[in-house]
Amino acid sequence: MAELQFREAIREAIDEEMAREEKVFIMGEEVAEYNGAYKATEGLLDKYGYKRVIDTPISELGFAGIGVGAAMNGLRPIVEFMTFNFAVLAADQIINHASKAGYMTGGQISMPIVFRGPNASAGQLGATHSVAYDSMYAHFPGLKVIYTSEPDDAKGLLKSAIRDDNPVLFMESEQMYGMKGEVSEEEDYIIPIGKGKIKREGSDVTVVAHGKMYHVAKQAAAQLEKDGVDVEIIDPRTVKPLDLPLIVESIKKTNRCVVVDEAHPFAGFAAEIGFLIQREAFDYLDAPVQRVTLPDVNAPFAKNLFDAWLPDAKNVIEAVNKVTYRN
Amino acid sequence: MAKKNTDEVNFAPRGIGDEKDGAVQKGVDLPAPTKKKHKSLGLSEDDLKAMYEQMYLQRRFEERAMQQYQKGKFGGFLHLYIGQEAVSTGTVYALNDDDDIITAYRDHGWGLCRGITPNEGMAELFGKKTGCSKGKGGSMHFAKTENHFWGGYGIVGGHIPIGGGLAFANKYNQNGRISATFFGDGAVDQGALHETFNIANLWGLPAIFAVENNGYSMGTAARRHTVNEIVDRAKGYGMKSRVVNGMDVFSVYEAMKEVAEEVRKNSEPYFLEIRTYRYRGHSMSDPQKYRTKEELENYQKNDPIERLKTYLKDNKILKDDGIQEIEEKVEQEVLDAVEFADNSDFPDESELYDDMFAEDEPYFHN
Ligand SMILES: Cc1ncc(C[n+]2csc(CCOP(=O)(O)OP(=O)(O)O)c2C)c(N)n1
Repeated sequence: MAELQFREAIREAIDEEMAREEKVFIMGEEVAEYNGAYKATEGLLDKYGYKRVIDTPISELGFAGIGVGAAMNGLRPIVEFMTFNFAVLAADQIINHASKAGYMTGGQISMPIVFRGPNASAGQLGATHSVAYDSMYAHFPGLKVIYTSEPDDAKGLLKSAIRDDNPVLFMESEQMYGMKGEVSEEEDYIIPIGKGKIKREGSDVTVVAHGKMYHVAKQAAAQLEKDGVDVEIIDPRTVKPLDLPLIVESIKKTNRCVVVDEAHPFAGFAAEIGFLIQREAFDYLDAPVQRVTLPDVNAPFAKNLFDAWLPDAKNVIEAVNKVTYRN
Repeated sequence: MAKKNTDEVNFAPRGIGDEKDGAVQKGVDLPAPTKKKHKSLGLSEDDLKAMYEQMYLQRRFEERAMQQYQKGKFGGFLHLYIGQEAVSTGTVYALNDDDDIITAYRDHGWGLCRGITPNEGMAELFGKKTGCSKGKGGSMHFAKTENHFWGGYGIVGGHIPIGGGLAFANKYNQNGRISATFFGDGAVDQGALHETFNIANLWGLPAIFAVENNGYSMGTAARRHTVNEIVDRAKGYGMKSRVVNGMDVFSVYEAMKEVAEEVRKNSEPYFLEIRTYRYRGHSMSDPQKYRTKEELENYQKNDPIERLKTYLKDNKILKDDGIQEIEEKVEQEVLDAVEFADNSDFPDESELYDDMFAEDEPYFHN
């Protein structure tokens, strides 16, 4: 195992896949000469040159679509968005084209493209720079969505994403690029898309949390342990396809579930998990499923409002208290 | 640098001009400033003093803001306008007070110039309820709609159509007002600009679109992100255009005055490329490896504030002590603003839910 920052794990995955396969290239704003806005692509230009590490103008729709066309025509693009907040401008290419071309042409077209970049909020960046998009893209058929919480998952899953013949949205948390974690040194380390992971074993309640919210759940679990509550944490890692059996098996054991999600509540990931659980594990539930999400409100700037807006360990503990009927 | 020219195939930007490290690049060459003196531009001595005060305020406000940011008094992004003050000041003096102005996230100078008080501005940076946007917007989202300043916007190019919409409403209402939309050179690559230019000319919208070409979009020099001369974009849409020296407040004033008159009279859009320079990094986290100190110093020789100061002295409008008086007044105002911001309250947590909907009792789905 090697201790790597999130950004280093991502860089290693890209580097290894570019070395392995000539058809893989990366493009995006400031990815080449500036070495990446968040330094995920540092050093890649020096190594692979201007053919395969490509700076783009601020033209999200244009370069995302160029990636789609290049993928149709046999290449394997990695398109970096400076954040997924800006990828909204490219949503037409992702939602209307990347996700549908294969289906509409009766399978003639394959779409091996990865759209990646930071997701959700960083500190106090205001309403247009703080949205979590994994739930939104997961809504659309034909897209795979990954939002990882740890460097190890990031490396193994990004390599899978690059090798996948479908469009994959690979999301990273803006606040987590500097976060360190143990990463496997196994040669060609691959984690399959669609497999979640029990990150903490427990018997009293299942907490489902991915991305940045996994760390919030972990904090809450440590606190709850002191109070005698044994939390099991499942990180689904990929939002779609979702490892539902893993979640259901856990609930059969704990009989209680809290979903923690960094997106807004309505029609989001937490809502979907809540529905699936009541359908698949209704007889095993001792309490209604609870969710912890952002409020149905845009991101505020003021520090105190921002802190109140973002889900924290306290919110998770409250939800766990509800499902365990502890005052 | 990487093996740019040895690659058989490469997608390095073709750009305009040759790479000359450190030299002033084509594409951000400053056109000659206007030769006109203030009287023939229709500016009084009092106007000049006020303009000087305004430009000095914008600069000191931001220098203090930077200091407070470094002290950890507030977080988020901080994009400084330092170096570009002649653009906001020349424009605001040239337009009518009820003409509409909208800009991108580099918005402090614009806000101050359009009547956001230093107190309201600094408090917004601190995220306090006394800020111009009640602490909800922060650095990128200053706004004061009662003064027809429609705010700063954080999605590059996203506000360009909105500027067209402000003009649409003015034409619809036949109120004689025009709109002026400002954006950076990076924004000219967005589809939003092209769609808006087409519609604006098609419908004869009374709108000025102005790019503040400060040479860089984040770490990318203009010639590396966009082809040909930016000012020529207008041609494809049959729009009139011109290039303006944005380091000289008289030049901006003159151009804006003439263009505004034409736009108002004929109800037609107009495109300006205002060439200027940003002295600071893109934001506070930018190490600025993409440019040399020499290049920066070269532009600082054209500093808009120093230029106006020299003019005031050469034309015996103000002596050193008069200048000093203005500067001390501004300095005090800015220090007071820092104190005001520091002493103001954060919004109450219950205000998190305010302003989402126009209703008194909005519906939330939590
Ligand atoms: C749609 C979109 N893409 C990317 C960004 C990230 N970003 C913010 S500012 C910026 C550079 C913009 O440069 P320019 O338009 O020249 O304005 P300047 O900063 O020079 O005033 C970038 C890439 C963004 N905010 N919005």
